[in-house]
Amino acid sequence: MDSKAKVLAVRQGRYCVQADPAGVLTGTHFLDGDQACCEGALAAGCRFAAGYPITPSTEIVERFAQRAPLVGGIFLQMEDELASSIAIAGAVWAGAKAFTVTSGPGFSLMMEHIGFAVMTETPLVIVDVQRGGPSTGLPTLPGQADMMQARWGSHGDYEIIALSPNSPQECFDLTIDAFNLAEQYRVPVFLMMDECVGHMTEKVVIPPPGEIEIVPRRYTSLPPSQYLPYRADAHGVPEMVRAGDGYPIHITGLTHDERGYPATNYQAQEQLVRRLINKIRQHTDEIVRYEETTLDDAEIVVVAYGITARVAMQAVQMARERGIAAGLLRPIVVWPFLEKRLRELANQARAFVVAEINCGQIVQEVERAVSGRAPVVLVPGAGGAVHHPEEILEAILTHASTREVLR
Amino acid sequence: MSVLAEVPLAPNPVEAFIRSERIPHVWCPGCGIGTTVNCFSRALLQSRLNLERVVVVSGIGCTGRVAGYLQLTSFHTTHGRAIPFATGLKVANPELTVVVYSGDGDLVSIGGNHFIHAARRNQDLKVICVNNFTYGMTGGQVTPTTPLSAISSTTPYGCFEEPFNLPFLAESAGATYVARWTSYHVRQLTHAMGEMLRKKGFSFLEIISGCPTLYGRRNRLGDGLDEMKYFKDKSVVQHGANTKEAGIGFQGPIVVGKFVDIERPVFLEQMNQQLARTLDAQYAGCVGDYVPS
Ligand SMILES: Cc1ncc(C[n+]2csc(CCOP(=O)(O)OP(=O)(O)O)c2C)c(N)n1
Repeated sequence: MDSKAKVLAVRQGRYCVQADPAGVLTGTHFLDGDQACCEGALAAGCRFAAGYPITPSTEIVERFAQRAPLVGGIFLQMEDELASSIAIAGAVWAGAKAFTVTSGPGFSLMMEHIGFAVMTETPLVIVDVQRGGPSTGLPTLPGQADMMQARWGSHGDYEIIALSPNSPQECFDLTIDAFNLAEQYRVPVFLMMDECVGHMTEKVVIPPPGEIEIVPRRYTSLPPSQYLPYRADAHGVPEMVRAGDGYPIHITGLTHDERGYPATNYQAQEQLVRRLINKIRQHTDEIVRYEETTLDDAEIVVVAYGITARVAMQAVQMARERGIAAGLLRPIVVWPFLEKRLRELANQARAFVVAEINCGQIVQEVERAVSGRAPVVLVPGAGGAVHHPEEILEAILTHASTREVLR
Repeated sequence: MSVLAEVPLAPNPVEAFIRSERIPHVWCPGCGIGTTVNCFSRALLQSRLNLERVVVVSGIGCTGRVAGYLQLTSFHTTHGRAIPFATGLKVANPELTVVVYSGDGDLVSIGGNHFIHAARRNQDLKVICVNNFTYGMTGGQVTPTTPLSAISSTTPYGCFEEPFNLPFLAESAGATYVARWTSYHVRQLTHAMGEMLRKKGFSFLEIISGCPTLYGRRNRLGDGLDEMKYFKDKSVVQHGANTKEAGIGFQGPIVVGKFVDIERPVFLEQMNQQLARTLDAQYAGCVGDYVPS
């Protein structure tokens, strides 16, 4: 980040600066979610992308390949997703902000490097434009069944951050947030899109650079003799250096101590893995974000994210028209989970209705948060289509107190 | 106190390159990897490169541990993926000298796809492969370089797969520098490493190295010294040899030397030229020193 950039805000001891104007396509556009995601990355200061083509995500890197040379960036089409997902880590350690983009099968291949990014605390962004699975599944049709894979698809214990946009505008906005969160917590951040949001075209407003907040990478001010690459600050996040800056750091995916040196023992593992997990868990309240619609008096709480939230919104409106107090809780940040808000809502809700394009992933988290205090009903979808609002409405009606009167 | 202890020892010139706080290392007695690190340190010393800009990237394995012992910016990545990580580093900061240091299994088995594509693209990486004919770290299984009939823990009745001839593979895929030596040839190794450090483009050095604990023991080849004797006796120096004929049979002759040293535009040059040609003034140029003026 340009040192001349204006400091916009200080959050949690971290600076926010304004976006580099070179990457910001200020104006009102008509873009699909994939294109908007690409613009979000450029606005966020990302100048390096590596990827391997896969429907329905390819348009993101196609646009990046076209735009990057005009703004000082680079796109590498690598030989596969194993390569793309670690090439971006290399670029990050060289000082770039970097991301990769994929869909189900490619996402599966990236899992090992998600773990590597977690373990080495390499801030990067991975976009998964979800399609129907398993395996090659439905390349051109939507799914939301990679949500658990995003959370724990790599081996070992860890926490990450995942966001779920429900419109092209949010594909733009949340991509910027994803880059910022990655820097703030030094963690891989996932943008969990879906084919519908990726391919839907809508108005996208890109603000002027001065109105876009960017979290720059936090480099150490300590000299090499005093710097320990994995000594964390009070928030559990260590400061970084770049290759080439004269710090003889050693970075490894092995369990390591504060010096970054391999340490094959239980104590080092406890210290490192707990910190990696806690730097996210202990900041859940700051990271979690959601949107609420008519929840104040709601007795039926519908929970839905991504494209499904738009369908669910219609179901909620239909229920309201029938006099049923329904509301929508839309997780924008899906991981970490908005558990606290759900626990509060469990005090008022008669039932929770969870709609998602899978056969039950986030619903399990809702059940866990609600802890049996109200029924939690799943409106599933195996992939390939969005729900009909009527399906969700049906579930709302089934659990509403006034259903007899109305029917 | 012995007399010896009072004589001040001349400092070892490679000490500055080693993270001495990490010694003792994990390598077995008689293993050739340490020897190659010694050669590499000497090559660095002679290169007069700004060491702040030299980065070593390893994959996983016994050789993969090299990154962790060098007092340089170093990355110990994942099994097979040192090359794509190094690619990201190099492309994002072309001023870095990026060395990939790893084992045969890492580079050409699990990482084989990345190896050939980086060579094809002529990524400016210096790839050093310690070939001990086996997977050392995991206990001596067969690898793509195990000679026919050699015993490994997963070919207990002898290897029946045709091995890769690495110099031939590297040259065919597009490497602009290809050499092979053994851990016996310390001067030649140091020299070759020095050449690679100066060379622009995908350069590849195969180092045939002993693994007395696993490969040597299973094949009754004696100890580390016996393996060295084999390297000494059976190596045939043949600069410019046809790499196609450089395959290695079980305890057979080892063709060593510099086989390839050619010029070809590197990836970033090609990219910058193409973009500058097509986009003209619109090209923002991402990597200063390669942008044609
Ligand atoms: C994805 C993955 N698969 C398998 C392993 C286990 N593994 C660690 S090192 C290694 C082989 C290393 O052999 P080589 O590259 O020849 O290096 P050497 O140990 O002989 O130096 C394997 C298979 C791993 N770490 N990761």
